[in-house]
Amino acid sequence: MLLALLAYATPFFWQILTSLKPEAELMVLPPLFPSRLTWEHYRVVLGQSVMLRALINSLGVGIITTVLALGLGIFGAYGIARYPIPGKALLLLLIVGGTAFPQIATVSPLYLLMRALSLRDTWLALILANTSFALPLVIWLLTGFLQEIPVGLEEAASVDGASRPRAFRWIVLPLLAPGLASAALLTFLFSWNEFLFAYTFTATEASRTVPVALALFPGVFEVPWGDIAAASILASIPPVALVVGLQRYLVRGLLTGALRE
Amino acid sequence: MSPGGPAATVMRSERRAPGQGLLLVAPALLALGALTLYPTLWVGWLSLQRRIPIFGVERFEGLGNYIFLATDPRFWKAAQVTLVFTVASVALELVGGVLVALALRGQRAGARVGLSFLLLAWALPSVVTAKLFEWLYNPAAGLVNFLLGGVALNWLGDPRLALPGLILADVWRTLPFVTVLCYARLLAIPVELYEAAQMDGAGAVATFTRITLPLLRRILLIAVLFRTLDALRSFDLMFVLTGGGPAGTTETLTVYAYRSLFQAVQLGLGSAVGVVVFALVMLVAWGYLRALRHEGLAA
Repeated sequence: MLLALLAYATPFFWQILTSLKPEAELMVLPPLFPSRLTWEHYRVVLGQSVMLRALINSLGVGIITTVLALGLGIFGAYGIARYPIPGKALLLLLIVGGTAFPQIATVSPLYLLMRALSLRDTWLALILANTSFALPLVIWLLTGFLQEIPVGLEEAASVDGASRPRAFRWIVLPLLAPGLASAALLTFLFSWNEFLFAYTFTATEASRTVPVALALFPGVFEVPWGDIAAASILASIPPVALVVGLQRYLVRGLLTGALRE
Repeated sequence: MSPGGPAATVMRSERRAPGQGLLLVAPALLALGALTLYPTLWVGWLSLQRRIPIFGVERFEGLGNYIFLATDPRFWKAAQVTLVFTVASVALELVGGVLVALALRGQRAGARVGLSFLLLAWALPSVVTAKLFEWLYNPAAGLVNFLLGGVALNWLGDPRLALPGLILADVWRTLPFVTVLCYARLLAIPVELYEAAQMDGAGAVATFTRITLPLLRRILLIAVLFRTLDALRSFDLMFVLTGGGPAGTTETLTVYAYRSLFQAVQLGLGSAVGVVVFALVMLVAWGYLRALRHEGLAA
C-alpha cells in the first residue's frame, strides 16, 4: 500500500521539485534536494507568450466543447432514454462504437475537412473535433443516468398539469445534476488532454493548446528541463483541481461508463 | 444496452411519439454523422488513393496501399510493437490494478489519499506524463537511474530498453483505471462472505481465488476490453516520449500512420494504416462483446 502510494506520489513531487530547482543544480544527482528554491522557471515560461496563450486556448476550447457536447448530448440522451425510436438498438450500438473509434483513423479526413472549410488553426476546428469523440461518451453516460430516474416522477408532474419541458426542467434536470457533472468533468478532461487533433489542426500560437505547446517546447541545443517541469505543472493545474474537487463525480462517471453493458 | 430496461420505460410512456424522440436525437446524430461517421467512410476512400508527389494530386489506386503494407517490413514491425505494447501493458496494469485495489481496501483514510494520487496520474494529459517520464529516465540526472543505485542506463535511447520504458510509463498512467473499477466492486462485496470463509479455515490465497476473483471477474473483463481498445489506439505517449525510436523499436501502428500521413505526406498510405487500426479496434470490441454475451454478462 505504502509502496503504491510512493510510486504514484514520487513523480509528482519530483516534477514540482525540478520546476523549483536552480538551473545549475538540475543536471546533477545527488544531491536530491536543491540548495535553494527558485521561481525562475515559472517566470521564464509565463514570460513567453506561448504557454500563456496555450492555457487560454485550452481553457476556451475545453469550456466550449463541454457546453456543446452536453447541450447536444442531453437532448439526445433524453430522446433515447424516454422515447420509442425506430432502430434504437442499432443507434446505441453506433454510439457505443463511437466511443471506441480510434482518432488516428479520422484525423486525415477531418484534416481535409478543416482545410476545405478554412478552419485550420482556429478554436472551432478543435471544438468540432473534440466534440466528435466527447459526444458519444456524453450520450452514453447521460442515458445511463436518465434510466435510473423513474419515469413515474415525470408522469406525476404531467398529471399535475406540467408540460413536458417544464417537468424536464424542474424534475429531471435537478435529479440529473450528478450525471451532468460527471459528463462535464470527463468531457473537459478529455478536451484539455487531447493531443492528436490539436497537434494536427493547429499551426500557430493562435490556437495551440497546452499539450501541443508542451510537446513543441523549444530547446534546440539544451533541453530546458526546469522550464519544461514548470510548464508541466501549469498544464496539470486544471486536471489536478478537478480531480481533487470533484473526485466523487469522476469515479461515478467512470463506473457508469464502464458498467453500462 | 439491456433491452428490458429501455423497452419497459417506453411502454409506460406510450403517449410519446417516435417523431418527438427523433427530433431530440437529431442534432446529436447530425453532429456524429458529420464528425465521425462521414470521416470514417472518407478515410476508407482515402486509403484507396495514392498521392503523386509531383502533381500533388490523388489518384485512385485500389488496394495498392494495402498490398504495399502487406509486404512492408516496417508495417509488420509496427504491428508487432503494437501487439507487444498492448499485451504487456494491459496484463501488467490488470495485475497491478487488482493488487493496488486490494491494498487500498484495507484502509479507509489512506484509501482516499491513495485514490487521489492514482486518479491524478490518470487525469494528467499524456503529454505531461511523457515529459515526466522523459525526465525521470534522463541518463544523466534522471531519478530512475539514481534510485537504481547510480547506473548509467540510457532508457529511451537503448533499443532494448525503450519499449519496456514506454510500457512502464503507460502502466503508471492507466493502472488507476483498473484500480478504481476493482476498488468499487470490492467495496460492494459483503463482509459476511469473508467471515464465512475464515470460519471454514480458508487461507488468504483460497479466499482470493474462490471469493474475490470470481466476484471481480465481470469487472475485469470490462476493464480488459476498455484498456485493450485504448492501448491499440494510443498515440500521444509514444509519439512524445520516444517518437517511435530508437530504430523503430517503439513505433506503433498509430505512430506509423501519423508519420505516413503528415510527415511523408502519403495520405493514402497513412489512411490505410488508420483503417487497419480501426479494423483491429472493432474486431477486439466485437470479440469481447461476444465473449461477454457468452458469459451471460451482456444483453
